Amino acid sequence: MNPAFPHRQSAHCESGVAANLFTFHGVPVSEAMVFGIGGGLFFAHFPFLRINGFPLTTFRAAPGRILRRAAKRLGIDIRFRTFRDADEGMAELDRNLEKSTPVGAQTGVYWLPYFPPALRFHFNAHNLVVVGKEGDSYRISDPVFPEPVSCRADDLARARFARGKLAPRGKIYFVRNVPAKIDPAPAVTAAIREVCFLMTRLPIPLIGVRGIRYLAGQVASWPSRLGRQGALPHLANLIRMQEEIGTGGGGFRFIYAAFLQEAAAVLEDDRLLGISREMTAIGDRWRDFAAAGASRCKGRDDGNGDFESLARIVRECADREHALFRELGSLVRGGRHAGGK
Amino acid sequence: MRRKDVPQDKSLFGEMKEIRYAVDDEGRYVLVESAGWEPANIANNEAWKSIDSAVEAVLAKARAGELSPLAYHMARNQMDPRMLADYAGLFPWQVRRHMKPGPFRRMRRALLFRYAAIFRITAEEFRSVPGNRA
Repeated sequence: MNPAFPHRQSAHCESGVAANLFTFHGVPVSEAMVFGIGGGLFFAHFPFLRINGFPLTTFRAAPGRILRRAAKRLGIDIRFRTFRDADEGMAELDRNLEKSTPVGAQTGVYWLPYFPPALRFHFNAHNLVVVGKEGDSYRISDPVFPEPVSCRADDLARARFARGKLAPRGKIYFVRNVPAKIDPAPAVTAAIREVCFLMTRLPIPLIGVRGIRYLAGQVASWPSRLGRQGALPHLANLIRMQEEIGTGGGGFRFIYAAFLQEAAAVLEDDRLLGISREMTAIGDRWRDFAAAGASRCKGRDDGNGDFESLARIVRECADREHALFRELGSLVRGGRHAGGK
Repeated sequence: MRRKDVPQDKSLFGEMKEIRYAVDDEGRYVLVESAGWEPANIANNEAWKSIDSAVEAVLAKARAGELSPLAYHMARNQMDPRMLADYAGLFPWQVRRHMKPGPFRRMRRALLFRYAAIFRITAEEFRSVPGNRA
């Protein structure tokens, strides 16, 4: 049992788990910092990749990427393991807990009994930290819950070995080594540069700012292509992806804005504060989009809800994010923050 | 989002609060608890409505004898044949076959227990659907 594990509730599971794990191992970082250094902000819309029959839209980096990138940029040695056999996977978890090592785990949410029933979908990229074992149940620091929770061993085993898309295959991870001294500045610079590159410079029309523009066109065309009956579920699903459990309206934009504030202090550059303010304003526009779209779904059309005007909000977000990432990129490129990988 | 604008709409998941990032009066980011947000609730409700109506449709067919109880339990657990096959260690076409009443009745006992364990119900519950005995 590990009473010392610093459980802090977070907006997003992966960045929250990473921040809590790193803090436990003597690298005190906030969730926003990990999210930023892990290059968490992203956008992609893949109409041909279907999740439950709906196009895949994501507002953040692919699962696992934030943790890996953040650890790598901070020089933290983290070991990942997956298992074919559930018993072996649980035994390895126990071996680490006996050494008082908190263990991160990727799980599905469907089989976790402490989740509210309304959130239990087959979503397999959830993250949590197992901090101890008491008899037949595990003590778990789940970052989207306010307090640590308990979970029976067979429930946890099921969640770790859930099947379907993004199956976790019992994946666990733990910190093996942290460097004696960490200089966050190069990590922050490299991470900002990566996000700017992915958002504005990839020649793929489905990713980054171009992906947002593409999505705007899709939204505008849904009523004519899918009919009203088809368009509304697509819209509802898009809003769900944007609001993904616990991240709030345009949530990832706000987390990134919080990161930019911290980055301003790390890099001693107040220009980042202005960019953070603009990021916040863009997040608010994403929120407006969700609100207008949701009232459209509810049939409470207050004039703001037809699909063309919804698409206009998305297009505005694209334009503003484009300008923002170009400016942000020019701040960290070549200039005095250079030197980070 | 300003701290005072953090939504406190009653959400679908009871007492659980989520964390949101918002700016305080000085423009600094702070973490704020939120009880939920109505637009997100609406979107989630839509998802549940479509799951519920799919389950209802399968249940009606199962009661009418057009589909087996397996089809109902699968739908109730938000699974498709591919996912269930993955859990059961079968091929998807085998699961699809067991969705028909005839092959379902002729299923091996061991397989029946395997399915029931996946759904965490007894073999007896697995063989039937609510409101009807298969």
